[in-house]
Amino acid sequence: MNEHETYTSSKIGMWLFLLSEILLFGGLFILYSTYRYKNPADFHHGAEALNRIFGTGNTLLLITSSLTMALSISSIQKGNRKLSTLLLFATIFLGFLFLVIKSFEWTAKIHHGIYPNSLHLLGRSKGEVLFYGLYYAMTGLHGLHVLVGLFVLSVMLILMMKGRINAVRFAPLENSGLYWHLVDVIWIFLFPLFYLIT
Amino acid sequence: MIRYGTYVKVWLGLLLLTGITVSLAGMNLRSLSIFLPLLIAAAKSGLVLAYFMHLKYETGLLFKLMIPIVLATLTIFIGLTFSDVAFR
Repeated sequence: MNEHETYTSSKIGMWLFLLSEILLFGGLFILYSTYRYKNPADFHHGAEALNRIFGTGNTLLLITSSLTMALSISSIQKGNRKLSTLLLFATIFLGFLFLVIKSFEWTAKIHHGIYPNSLHLLGRSKGEVLFYGLYYAMTGLHGLHVLVGLFVLSVMLILMMKGRINAVRFAPLENSGLYWHLVDVIWIFLFPLFYLIT
Repeated sequence: MIRYGTYVKVWLGLLLLTGITVSLAGMNLRSLSIFLPLLIAAAKSGLVLAYFMHLKYETGLLFKLMIPIVLATLTIFIGLTFSDVAFR
């Protein structure tokens, strides 16, 4: 295959993977929508108990990291390696801050005795048990995806600093960017569903 | 090649939509309170998919068809699930 064909086929490969990820989270969203339908009041209370400021902050962090990601790809295509490296580093840093805030939220909840299978949680209504179960499962799975994304982007950062990603060879960076944007899109849906809808 | 300014404008749009969706959460909208935030989330995702993920600029139909097909699949899943759950 010529270079253009490998470039396009690698992009197709990443997109197919992203579609499988959408179906993965989609399944969890189906669970959420069904249990929300059956327990509206409990899900309302659950949403009120979550920290909206942290949630909004995390949303802004990921949205901005998507910007720096896109700008990083744009700048390496224009041959500006220094700017691209800086922007890629900013993306990783913003993603790291997201995980820091997430860990604040989780440790606060765990400190209050709210975690899957805790005695305190099991003493509450069934709807609340479901809400928090879904909260931990979905934000946990998403957080895991963020962590993996940070590893992948760090590898890209090293490749870029070595010159292996440059103005004529940037497909790995672009495809990693696609993954990172999807992680942002998933959070764009998680945020209102858990923090805002009352 | 996409200009930096385009990306920055998309980012500003995303910030605006985030602001709107957070302000709406403080109001009591009854039946719209689930629909509107989801609509805004769809708009934000649309912006990320079209500009950041480059779909608007892809030539040919292949990439542009993938997302609608996946969304149609999920819609069918959710629809069929509710056609069961809603009548129990």
